[in-house]
Amino acid sequence: MSHRRIRFYGAAGQIGTIAVTLLGLLLLTFFIGRLMPADPVRAIIGEDATRETYEQVYRSLGLDRPLWEQFFYYLRDVFTGNFGTSIRTGQPVIQDILHVMPATIELATFAILIGAGLGVPLGVFAAVNKDRWPDHVVRVFSLFGHSMPIFWTGMIALIVFYAHFGLVGGSGRMDQFYIGLVDERTGFLLIDSLIAGEMDVFWSAVNHIILPATLLGYSSSAYITRMTRSFMLDQLGQEYVTTARVKGLSRNQTIWQHAFINIRVQLVTIIALAYGSLLEGAVLIETVFAWPGFGQYLTNNLITGDMNAVMTCVLIVGVIFIGLNLLSDVLYRIFDPRTR
Amino acid sequence: MSTSTETTFRLPAPILALKNIVLFLLKSPTSAFGLAVLTLLVLVAAFAPLIATHEPYAQDLALTLQAPGNGHLFGTDELGRDIFSRLVWGARITLTIIFLVSIVVGPIGLIIGTTAGYLGGKVDTVMMRITDIFLSFPSLILSLAFVAALGPSLNNAIVAIALTSWPPIARLARAEAMTFRKADYISAARLQGASPARIIFKSIMPMCLPSVLIRLTLNMATVILTAAGLGFLGLGAQPPLPEWGAMIATGRRYMLDSWWLVTFPGISILTVSLAFNLLGDGLRDALDPKQMNRR
Amino acid sequence: MEKPILELENLRIRYGGASSEAVRGVSFTLGRERLGIVGESGSGKSTVGRALLRLLPGATITADTLRFGEQDLLTLSEKEMLKVRGRRMSMILQDPKFSLNPIRRVGDQVAETYLRHFKCSKAESRDKALIMLEAVKIRDPKRVYDQYPHEISGGMGQRVMIAMMLLADPDLVIADEPTSALDVTVRLQVLNILDGLVRDRGIGLIMISHDLNLVRNFCDRVLIMYAGRVVETLAARDLDKAEHPYTRGLLAAQPRIGGGRAPLAVLDRQPEWLEEKA
Repeated sequence: MSHRRIRFYGAAGQIGTIAVTLLGLLLLTFFIGRLMPADPVRAIIGEDATRETYEQVYRSLGLDRPLWEQFFYYLRDVFTGNFGTSIRTGQPVIQDILHVMPATIELATFAILIGAGLGVPLGVFAAVNKDRWPDHVVRVFSLFGHSMPIFWTGMIALIVFYAHFGLVGGSGRMDQFYIGLVDERTGFLLIDSLIAGEMDVFWSAVNHIILPATLLGYSSSAYITRMTRSFMLDQLGQEYVTTARVKGLSRNQTIWQHAFINIRVQLVTIIALAYGSLLEGAVLIETVFAWPGFGQYLTNNLITGDMNAVMTCVLIVGVIFIGLNLLSDVLYRIFDPRTR
Repeated sequence: MSTSTETTFRLPAPILALKNIVLFLLKSPTSAFGLAVLTLLVLVAAFAPLIATHEPYAQDLALTLQAPGNGHLFGTDELGRDIFSRLVWGARITLTIIFLVSIVVGPIGLIIGTTAGYLGGKVDTVMMRITDIFLSFPSLILSLAFVAALGPSLNNAIVAIALTSWPPIARLARAEAMTFRKADYISAARLQGASPARIIFKSIMPMCLPSVLIRLTLNMATVILTAAGLGFLGLGAQPPLPEWGAMIATGRRYMLDSWWLVTFPGISILTVSLAFNLLGDGLRDALDPKQMNRR
Repeated sequence: MEKPILELENLRIRYGGASSEAVRGVSFTLGRERLGIVGESGSGKSTVGRALLRLLPGATITADTLRFGEQDLLTLSEKEMLKVRGRRMSMILQDPKFSLNPIRRVGDQVAETYLRHFKCSKAESRDKALIMLEAVKIRDPKRVYDQYPHEISGGMGQRVMIAMMLLADPDLVIADEPTSALDVTVRLQVLNILDGLVRDRGIGLIMISHDLNLVRNFCDRVLIMYAGRVVETLAARDLDKAEHPYTRGLLAAQPRIGGGRAPLAVLDRQPEWLEEKA
């Protein structure tokens, strides 16, 4: 995951780089969508339509034109915000995506809070105790989180904590009988239920989000822990740490008031990147928990072969990723006095 | 060099190096665990017909969803197939995936990375921009897109994973190539009139190989998880293949009453991917000279 | 003679995992004077400095006596040591490029020493720091206070370091190669500032250096260390009368302006120096 980071070379080249990367993304989604064996016409009209219908749809999709022309139309559509209609839901794809996004963002935000809340202290703890047993324990703990197939852990957690102990809510965002009780204003159930003053719904939602978010958070904490540890080790080896000790600061004060402060910027940037890769875990965990979010929308479209919707989803993930990379770069520039 | 009797008993250098690395890995309990698990995995895959107690595809509709015990070590699935035997045969699939992905990804990454790194300039810029575009997706989502377009099957899953996991390798190979580019022996080769292609293949690639191999090992855990994820979503290996992720997907329907259907394949995936991660972690230490000296 | 600030006898230091001791039986006493410790890299001189502040994680320190003022440094708890460091004994490190925290304002880093040891408000500590910055001859303290380490020069950085370490008015300051990272042109300037402050305030100074000339000019007494031992102790003005062959070798290896053009002497190390008693 650490290598999934685009480098922007200097502020001047940044806009150009983003433009080129975006264009590349569009090319990629276009070619995967158009050139691969799956037949977009068949996906729309089904296997047993007549030859005439086939021809008609074929032309209406512009598939008889040369490729570069098709790509041009694709670009035009994308920039005018026209991503086509989902064959499965009959709604414009972009509208579908906007509708499911809040559920995923809610889950991912909860997860990153847990992931960072777990990963950062563990990373510091491991660095301070380098090569002693706490370091090894933390290492195995975080590698474990990195190694678990999250869809499986999700199922086991459901069996244990929901079916067996009844400690948490099961699938979905809230208990069945609450669905439809709260008006959708923001799409974020935790916020909507508070606005509506429905505390029962709120607690039900918390009960349901806690398990998938913890699992996602644990799996992302592996990366955060590892990076925090190596950032901290860099800092603890620096001479200014000795200076702080000479001044009379205690070990803990030195760690938190000097070394840790110096890795804040780096931490924010890797947490932003980890947030992006949570989308990846969300695809699997949403399927397991029947979470009506972006991941489930994507997999449903995959299964029905709705390539238009799939490629739009992929494009959006790519854009989010570029955005997060850019954000982390900008944060670096703002918060590190040396780059000002 | 001076006495010939000494050299006759020497192992060839690469094997000697490998022996040293293995010895180093065995010193740390975690990487020793990783090494042991992976050795076991290879043995199980190799001797699958001998180890498996039943035919992996043999259905027995009279004995469906049997709990572990009674001649079925890990119980039976919804079609009465022996789960233990299916897991054993599944080890072959897992190894095949890892092997195929690695032999595709390694050379692609190596060629792109070394060419870009050695030639530099415009070639480098263009190639790295392409790499960056692939890097700007989370790998699972890009694999999903490829599989969706190619159609769900084990082979397509392997192709998709390979297509999405070469960029980090290429980046690494490029970084390495750039450090060797300025070395004196490369200049010497150039002065002798060697073509760029020859220099890249004969002088640069062998130098980049060790770090690329480590990176591939580190990658294997991710490959296993992605493959299992694709299998779970029904986009990878298709039933009745005993692929671990696909086994979990079918077992999911029965998980509340028959926990063993999902538990054992999951533990298998977890163990193998953990083993690769632990081994990769150990390898990183083993090949980092700073770490070597301190122990 | 007045009561010494520091007394140590038979100080021995072994790093964790090392097969031999880095410092092997060093003894000296220090009054309100300026003591130089000279030796090559690896002679253990910096280790002695850090051991006095008990800042050698993983190392074992033993001594027959290790007395600082009224306190026994060997038996002080870590909590008591926190009150010693910075307040009663401090240390000036080598290179301000690394020894100042790169992302905190230099003034705040100076003020931190005061905040740590005295009950006072942020504003008070700021005022104290500004006065101290002025004392180290920084012309525009208010402006420098708000700057970051990468914005100031090395000489300025080292003056900030001096301000930071003298702010709490300690009894003893250890200067560990205080000028070797600086430009030759500002070395004297920085040393003069340090020297002036140390004399005015009656602070004991231990100057650790490999530079004989520098130590000769700024110290009262010089200790020569070799391989973890003190081989000779001399008054600075008597350096030329040194008897130990190692010291004589060091002196002979110094280039001199206007000296002969013959190649400089090379140290001819004798194995018995390792065991010889000081």
